[in-house]
Amino acid sequence: MKTTNPDEEQMASAYSTQRRPPHATVGSHTIEEEVFGKAYDPRTVRRIWKFVHPYRRRIYISIAAVLAFTVTQLAIPLIIGYAIDSGMVEGGNLTNLGWAIAAFAAMVLLNYGASYLQEIQVGHVAENVLFDMRRAMFARLQAVSLSFMDKTEVGRLMSRLQGDVNSMQEFLETSIVSVGDAVLLVGIVVVLLSLDWGLGLLTLSTMPALFVVRLFWLPRAKRAFWKAHETNSLTNGAMAEGINGVRTIQNLDRQQVNLDLYDDRAYHNLRTQLTGSKYAQVMVPIVDTLTGIAMATVIVAGGSLVLNGSLQVGIVVAFLFYIQRFFDPIRSLTMQYSIMQRAMTSGRRIIEVLDLPVAIDDKPDAVALTADMDGSVEFRDVVFGYDPNRPVLKNVSFRVNPGETVAIVGPTGSGKTSAMALVHRFYEVQSGAVLVGGHDVREVTQESLGRQVAMVLQEPFLFTGSVLENIRYNSERAHRDDVVAAAKAVGAHEFIERLPQGYDTILEQRGSNLSLGQRQLLSFARALVADAKILVLDEATASIDSYTEREIQKALETLLKGRTGMVIAHRLATIRGADRIIVLQNGELIEEGNHDQLMEKGGLYAKLYNMNYASFDDIPDEMLENINAGAART
Amino acid sequence: MITLKAGRDRARGDARSHIAAAHSGKGRVPLVRLTLFSLRHYWQATIAIGATVIAALLQLTIPRLLGEAIDRAQNILSVTTEGAEQALWWSALTLLAVSIGRGIFTLLQNYFAESVGHHVGYELRLAFYDKVQRLPYSYHDKVHSGDLITVGLLDLEGLRIFFSTGLIRVVLLSVLLGFGAWLLISTDLLLGLLSLSFAPFVAWRSSSAQLALRKTWLILQDKLSALTRVMDENLGGIRVVRAFSGQKHELEKFDAASRDALELAHERVGIRVRNTSVMTFSFFIAMGLVLWAGGTKVIAGEMTVGTLASFLTFMTILQMPVRQLGLMVNSFARASICGDRFFSVLDLPVEIEDRPDAKPLEVTKGTLRFENVHFAYGGAKHSTLSGVSFEARAGQTIGIVGAPGSGKSTIAHLVPRLYDVTAGRITIDGQDIRDVTLDSLRRAVAVVQQDTFLFTTTIENNIAYGDPWAKETRIERAAESAQLHNYIAGLPADYDTVVGERGVSLSGGQRQRLAIARSLLLKPAIMIFDDSTAAIDAGTEHRIRRAIRRYAEDRVTIIISHRLSSLMHADKILFLECGCVTEEGNHETLLALGGRYRALYDLQTRPPEVLELGGAAQ
Repeated sequence: MKTTNPDEEQMASAYSTQRRPPHATVGSHTIEEEVFGKAYDPRTVRRIWKFVHPYRRRIYISIAAVLAFTVTQLAIPLIIGYAIDSGMVEGGNLTNLGWAIAAFAAMVLLNYGASYLQEIQVGHVAENVLFDMRRAMFARLQAVSLSFMDKTEVGRLMSRLQGDVNSMQEFLETSIVSVGDAVLLVGIVVVLLSLDWGLGLLTLSTMPALFVVRLFWLPRAKRAFWKAHETNSLTNGAMAEGINGVRTIQNLDRQQVNLDLYDDRAYHNLRTQLTGSKYAQVMVPIVDTLTGIAMATVIVAGGSLVLNGSLQVGIVVAFLFYIQRFFDPIRSLTMQYSIMQRAMTSGRRIIEVLDLPVAIDDKPDAVALTADMDGSVEFRDVVFGYDPNRPVLKNVSFRVNPGETVAIVGPTGSGKTSAMALVHRFYEVQSGAVLVGGHDVREVTQESLGRQVAMVLQEPFLFTGSVLENIRYNSERAHRDDVVAAAKAVGAHEFIERLPQGYDTILEQRGSNLSLGQRQLLSFARALVADAKILVLDEATASIDSYTEREIQKALETLLKGRTGMVIAHRLATIRGADRIIVLQNGELIEEGNHDQLMEKGGLYAKLYNMNYASFDDIPDEMLENINAGAART
Repeated sequence: MITLKAGRDRARGDARSHIAAAHSGKGRVPLVRLTLFSLRHYWQATIAIGATVIAALLQLTIPRLLGEAIDRAQNILSVTTEGAEQALWWSALTLLAVSIGRGIFTLLQNYFAESVGHHVGYELRLAFYDKVQRLPYSYHDKVHSGDLITVGLLDLEGLRIFFSTGLIRVVLLSVLLGFGAWLLISTDLLLGLLSLSFAPFVAWRSSSAQLALRKTWLILQDKLSALTRVMDENLGGIRVVRAFSGQKHELEKFDAASRDALELAHERVGIRVRNTSVMTFSFFIAMGLVLWAGGTKVIAGEMTVGTLASFLTFMTILQMPVRQLGLMVNSFARASICGDRFFSVLDLPVEIEDRPDAKPLEVTKGTLRFENVHFAYGGAKHSTLSGVSFEARAGQTIGIVGAPGSGKSTIAHLVPRLYDVTAGRITIDGQDIRDVTLDSLRRAVAVVQQDTFLFTTTIENNIAYGDPWAKETRIERAAESAQLHNYIAGLPADYDTVVGERGVSLSGGQRQRLAIARSLLLKPAIMIFDDSTAAIDAGTEHRIRRAIRRYAEDRVTIIISHRLSSLMHADKILFLECGCVTEEGNHETLLALGGRYRALYDLQTRPPEVLELGGAAQ
């Protein structure tokens, strides 16, 4: 067995990099770093306690139970000692032996009840707290501003919803046991000293040795364990990447290089795992040696006392039993320190999520927007920007009359998508106002606003679940017939019927078994079932094959019938079909009118249209630049 | 092909030989195969097993030594006080020596058992990784990547720990229970039986509890992954949720999934606690019986206090390993199931492989030919391609267009042999692609796929994925041609910016441009764009096409697209329908033909009213 020192390892890796290609890695470089922080942070503890508070009675019960359990553990060797000294004296004393056995039986029963009670209570409370915390975070995320969600990776949030709550659960479960351990430790010391002061002190003298050893061992061991954990995650990450990216890997013929790189990772992992094992196992002979020393001490010192007749043999037996349990609490208590450190870090991260500001709240006197409102949408001098110093919309005013379809067009970055998001109050305007059905969106409840404004996003998003559930998302009252009717109306019925279980087919992985066009049709059907007065739609830019394209155009017409429509349009067909067209450029409204009017006007719209591209988004940038230059000149 | 054998340390061995070893033993029962594979590390395994036996034997002497010492303290043998004290010292020192010995041998046992496991894990990992990388597309089409990852991570873990948690425990328990029982019973039949009485009950409870826990664990995993999916989709689709004011609905979904999982979690706590507490209870009951029966024997003078104490110590020593019997049973069950799954993947044939006499591809003129190619996906009834023939010479651009499902992408997959043709043949400069080495073939053919997979590494490494030895200047040039350079230059760490799952995320168009840069870097003789510009705006696509035209002279370019503007400049356009080429020619001739191509062109360029008329006329 050869000890690896870090220098050696570095040499090994330098050695291999000479032969490895310069631009290649497998898996990611780092994983989220373990924080070796404070083990106790009162603010975090207070916040976490709030989650435990509802279950405090059960916590008190289990603390009482763990104390009772500890008492039985302390008492059993004493009872054995008593049985020997008072029951098995010369000639024998059956009554005393009977008493001892009765006491033993009582302790065993108490032990059984207490351990059952403690473990079951703590286990349940820890699970409940875990689920409560997760729910609190999840609920918070439902209300957090979209600008925050835009900036945050889903993966990072998920690790808080899962990893961090798990380490809190571990902490809760072990901390009650730690209370028992601490009491047991103190109890053993007290019992040993009171049984025989001198012998007790002599025996206990080995205990500090273990503390000192652990103190030296712990930081090093922790680093080794962490390293082993890290390399393991990295190797697993590389494996997952190799599986997920296998098509690209084969396509680009990287198998051999990747195998070599993966071998490096896996081998490095093997080394760190073995180092971790060494650190874990080295404690075994140390603890065994200390136990041996303590037992030898008791035998020699205690034995001589017995020989002298100044100590009863039962006490020696009791001592020997205590020694065998002696080091367990020390071991688990030092481990508890690391668990607490981890829990504090996780706790802080959980609190961060819980404290995320809710950007948009309903006003206290917000009213519900009812279905009898007229369905108009109005922008009044709206100024809005994600960064207040760089407005995306600059004093935009327009009105969409009830039942009218308005197409919003303009080059990328003109503020189309932001305008759409404001109708739904995803963000707050900086100044001006957005009115829906004559009500300022800030004066109505968001829930009711959502029911009156249906949105179809550019990227259709489907949830795992049946086709039926997806179409009637958040409209559970909708009957199956309504769903089928909606699907028929948008022309999705046929392909749904062809799916293995029709409307009850479960869509896997966000509907990856459907084509983009089909997903789009489903999202149309979803909006139709929601049956809102106002429809806000962001047409997809990605080109869909021409066959589906036609279906979608027809579906769009159905969808807009009898509704107020605001469409961010990319397709000429959609644009021409609109009642009115609003042209945005750089956050300003520059033209407004129907197709013929705008063509007559000969502005930006007419120029774009005359270039005869299938979609405004297909127009090459340099042509746009030319137009802009031309527009600036005139 | 570059192999990197030099510079390995000796202990590491050669990856290929590890992989070959992992493949041996095909057809054996998984547990046997795994055991034999573990025992290949014979000296480590021998130390581990030997140390286990010695540690267990030393362990068994401790109660005896303690009992002896106690008797000596009472001077039962009635020697002189000095003699008795000397005997005590002797007992104490023996006990100390035995304790130290036990500690050291337990260390050796645990360390080497884990070491065998880690080595086994390392070798199986390599073999699995290698296998997965070489299994063809047709396999990956059928198997969910998540399932494969589970096999490669979790099942492998079950196999890795089998040696230390399964096999070594068998040795430990047989010595402790077998030899221990003999010692106890031969000392005193009644007390021996009483002290062992808890063992069968605990062993049974522990095994059944472990198996029950395992079963609920698997169900809990399912429930938890359902919960994860709810959260994941909610966060990923947060805009849809907000757009439909679905927050309340989402919380309800969350609560339902959460309640399910919580109930089961509680059930698990219940199973665990009920069993552990009843096991402790039975142990203490047995101990009480030993104390009672032993006490009366001591009183009757049939036994010494020391012997009684040694019985009680025996029991405490046996308690832990007996309780862990359940873990051992679990380890066997797990390894058997995991082994089934793991080895069944490992034993799969790699369908697309070099022929034994395969030679490297020699590209001379650079002519690609499809000769009456038929193809059907595995298990599919109808064929995707039926009799496709065409020829493409260096410098030519071929456009392929057709409805979804017409077999366009299949053509892209057949050229680099990601699938093998069912009938007919594909040749490059007259060489059947099945007769040349895969390595040389795939270096000559680059396919830019529809979906771009980003690896979690720097942009530079991502572009150089197919040629990791490429110089920086070449990488930059490829990025420039793919119209990606300006974007990269604007990133915080330009080419060193990490992208992918844990890095900066790229838009669909940027991903596709990166994929194009990847392929351009390889300077392939045949370059295939498989609908790989759908998310790139027409202007940028135009610039990319202009940028790569310089290199296109000695290269076959195939463009597969449903956007006609992407391929109408091609030298030859194939219109694909139901796996057959139904129209062929350049843009002008096809328009003049007035067939399907013409109809598609009209559909894409004319406003709807004109379109309706066109449709009616057909």
